Amino acid sequence: MTDMISVRAARARRLLALPRPGWLTVAAIVVLALIVLAGAFAPLLAPFEPTELNSMMRLKPADATHWMGTDSYGRDLFSRVLYGARISMIVGFSTALGSLAIGLPLGLIAGWFPLADGVLMRIMDGLMAIPGILLAIAVVALTKAGLVTVIIAIMLPEIPQVVRLVRARVISVRNEAYVEAARLLGTSSTRIIWRHLLPATFGPMIVQGTYIYAAAILTEAALSFLGVGIGTETPTWGNIMAEGRLYFALTPSLVFWPAVVLSFCILSINILGDALRDSLDPKMKARG
Amino acid sequence: MIHYFVKRLLMAIPVMFFVAVFVFLLLRLTPGDPAIIIAGDQATQAQLETIRENLGLDEPLLGQFVTWMGNLMRGDFGVSLISQKPVLTLIGQRIGPTLSLALAAMSLTLFFALPLGVMAAWRHGKLLDRAVMIFSVLGFSVPVFVTGYVLISVFAVNLQLLPVQGYRPLSEGLVPFLQRIFLPALALASIYIALVSRMTRASMLEILQEDYVRTARAKGLNESVVLFRHALRNAAIPILTIVGTGFAMLISGVVVTESVFNIPGLGRLVVDAVLARDYPLIQAIILLTAGIYVLINLLIDLSYALTDPRVRYQ
Repeated sequence: MTDMISVRAARARRLLALPRPGWLTVAAIVVLALIVLAGAFAPLLAPFEPTELNSMMRLKPADATHWMGTDSYGRDLFSRVLYGARISMIVGFSTALGSLAIGLPLGLIAGWFPLADGVLMRIMDGLMAIPGILLAIAVVALTKAGLVTVIIAIMLPEIPQVVRLVRARVISVRNEAYVEAARLLGTSSTRIIWRHLLPATFGPMIVQGTYIYAAAILTEAALSFLGVGIGTETPTWGNIMAEGRLYFALTPSLVFWPAVVLSFCILSINILGDALRDSLDPKMKARG
Repeated sequence: MIHYFVKRLLMAIPVMFFVAVFVFLLLRLTPGDPAIIIAGDQATQAQLETIRENLGLDEPLLGQFVTWMGNLMRGDFGVSLISQKPVLTLIGQRIGPTLSLALAAMSLTLFFALPLGVMAAWRHGKLLDRAVMIFSVLGFSVPVFVTGYVLISVFAVNLQLLPVQGYRPLSEGLVPFLQRIFLPALALASIYIALVSRMTRASMLEILQEDYVRTARAKGLNESVVLFRHALRNAAIPILTIVGTGFAMLISGVVVTESVFNIPGLGRLVVDAVLARDYPLIQAIILLTAGIYVLINLLIDLSYALTDPRVRYQ
């Protein structure tokens, strides 16, 4: 029993023993942490209500009260960008978690049971053939565009990627000597999946999760920008930009600020994802 | 060889079939009455009846599906609920700008991404390599619509080198066409260039370790011949694969780019269709793009078999 515990502890240490992160990774973590905190504490941090109208203060440049200026309704841009962070973080996190939770069991099944593999993978191929935004647009068209619908719409096209990843990992581990040995000892399928295959998928899944997190935030912003995402009354980065584009020539800051925050956010997540991938799979480091 | 072609072709059929089943069920299985979903809560009874009749919603599900698939097979993709015109006619009117944009972006991608990826692998770990990698992460991270606005404000508004927005078909002259397609194509290509240059670099790094590359260098071949003739050819399969699977991403980008640059293509059509809940039109555009995606990937697969005998026998 104690042996088991020490083996587990060693494994946990090995997983946690990330190499010293480079300055770029540290910077990415700091930026991302700031955005997460900004989103979480938006109600406390925002100097104004994000939906507070002020017809006297329309399209004003940045000053001491309105740090990023105001939009065409006189709403405080800084407060709106803070609240936008909140939506983006919720969308990114739920989509990543949801698509991993659905993709993981499907991938395990496809990788372990050859009978299910053919059918399941053709279905996944079909889902992958539909461009993500179009799929999301179709789902939004059929439902009332709320937060949950948008998350589901963005999640659907991400699932096949997870299934393929998990399946590939399972197939490569399935033929390893230790799995073969477990099978010869009469270990049941469920136990092999649970004890050997599942842990082998964790590393790639964490990495994939960060990429999905980034992709989901991008897709949500694109949907809002096109006017088919979360309703325009909600301040999301995409909605702010969609409104701001009408005044782009006059007040580019309405597009500029959400764009900068959004780009830095995605950049940080991607850098973090690359760093995680390098530390979880040193072989990838050389290949990039 | 023929055996491989047939096998690959047969595999594409269930994929397309599933796409069809999926778009079919999406409307029917969404909670609520499909006719009300499309027409909205304030629709009159007569409007609902028209929609039900148009989509055959009164029949049982299986019957609907058989009729619908039969129509698809005969090239009948249905009628737009808004304009009452066949959806294929509407798509035909808008597909030109979209195809031009996609092809221009694809050309820019191959023009920039392949040399960048090859050079990065060649100068592995050096400044150039790091620059390409940083550019590639940036390309992934900056959304297409942001890139679009940056390009507009720099090249069209500040430098006034190119028109801000709009589209002119090629039939109205090459110069106006290129002037208007260049910025949107570049915005759209940025993420694709990031993807393809990254994959080119990774695939080249692997190939450059091979013995035959050392042999080619040892016998005194020009380095560019080694890189582009010997190495790049052998590194081609993963690169082509990512070009093919990246096509779905390209189409997603097209939808956004057309909106930023005011290009009257399929992307704008689909956004207008959503706002009007014109489901037959959305459905047809999805089927069409998925079909093109499957076709491109099929052609890429077949091209491996033509160029690389190892693939045929797997």
